[in-house]
Amino acid sequence: MSEVDPVWPPYEVFVRSKRGLNHVHVGSIHAADPDMALRHARDVYTRRNEGVSIWVVRSADITASSPDEKDAFFAPSGDKIYRHPTFYDVEDVPHM
Amino acid sequence: MSAEPTAPELEGFEQTLAHDQRIEPRDWMPDGYRRTLVRQIAQHAHSEIIGMQPEGTWLTTAPSLRRKAILMAKVQDEAGHGIYLYSAAETLGVDRSDLTEQLITLRQKYSSIFNYPTLSYADVGTIGWLVDGAAICNQVPLCRSSYGPYARAMIRICKEESFHQRQGFELLMTMMNGTDEQRAMVQESVDRWWWPSLMMFGPPDDASPNSARSMAWRIKRHTNDELRQRFVDMTVPQAEALGVTLPDPDLRWNAERGGYDFGEPDWDELDRVIRGEGPCNEERVTRRADAHREGGWVRAAAAAYAGKQATSA
Repeated sequence: MSEVDPVWPPYEVFVRSKRGLNHVHVGSIHAADPDMALRHARDVYTRRNEGVSIWVVRSADITASSPDEKDAFFAPSGDKIYRHPTFYDVEDVPHM
Repeated sequence: MSAEPTAPELEGFEQTLAHDQRIEPRDWMPDGYRRTLVRQIAQHAHSEIIGMQPEGTWLTTAPSLRRKAILMAKVQDEAGHGIYLYSAAETLGVDRSDLTEQLITLRQKYSSIFNYPTLSYADVGTIGWLVDGAAICNQVPLCRSSYGPYARAMIRICKEESFHQRQGFELLMTMMNGTDEQRAMVQESVDRWWWPSLMMFGPPDDASPNSARSMAWRIKRHTNDELRQRFVDMTVPQAEALGVTLPDPDLRWNAERGGYDFGEPDWDELDRVIRGEGPCNEERVTRRADAHREGGWVRAAAAAYAGKQATSA
């Protein structure tokens, strides 16, 4: 074999376990291209009917929030308690 | 992601552990924590991959189509487990191909148990029962390991391991209900695998230098000796149900401490196997290295095809 092994990039794998549910991240696999990534993901992550649909995304294409600034980044939702139904005092009214 | 500890970073890390929450890939973590995890997860992944070999030997000679199909599913699971774990290791910034390289150049280890040969078909059952049984004892607590991706991989693995253990036990049970010759095969197999299975939990606690640190970091949840005891207590009644004798004259119930007393494994043997002097060390690593080399053209061809598709698109 040649000295330089070709690099198969990593793909993140998301599986919908059944109709009606979101795709959920389950792990990653390596593949030469997206079609192969799908097949590998099927073989690795759905050997026992764990899924009805799979997404694969090149790991390099994911943009994530930084854990370093997690407090600042999520602060805008922290102090808006009026966004929650429990903020409102309502008398004992049915269906409310 | 600098690993120079600054006070708030280290405090955040310690707080997460103290609240029994999980550390996630992009969180700050001490270098030692990262190194310990990479070593443990890689070693675990390598064990799954090398673990395909001892049982794989029996794929073509299993006695029925049913048994072949079961064994094939099991060996495929081991490959899958290896990949879940390499995937978890890669979240720590290492690369799977580097880990494979470290395995075939003997710089990283795998479980000592896979350096023993599978001499009879009964070994397929015994490995499922004892070796996978021991693995379950080791792995169930790791589902609560402090590193999120490792814990999640372990949850998937544990679900599948219970199939492994049950198919092994059922295979042995079938043989025990067969002829005298079959029963003798099972006993002979159990005689060979019992002590190496106890060694799977690693050296005794007072000779296990990394345990304390791993426990403090909540990577590990129980000591080697605790897990070994748990395994013995779980297995003795199963051996009785099967009708086999575990080859330990010192094995007896201790009512006072509510567990079985058992003899001392041969720790020199474990040292030798870990050093590379077990019966099959060379065969296992050579076969892994050959498979990697022989698969080279497949990796190259797939990469070339992908390159072509990308440029013609």
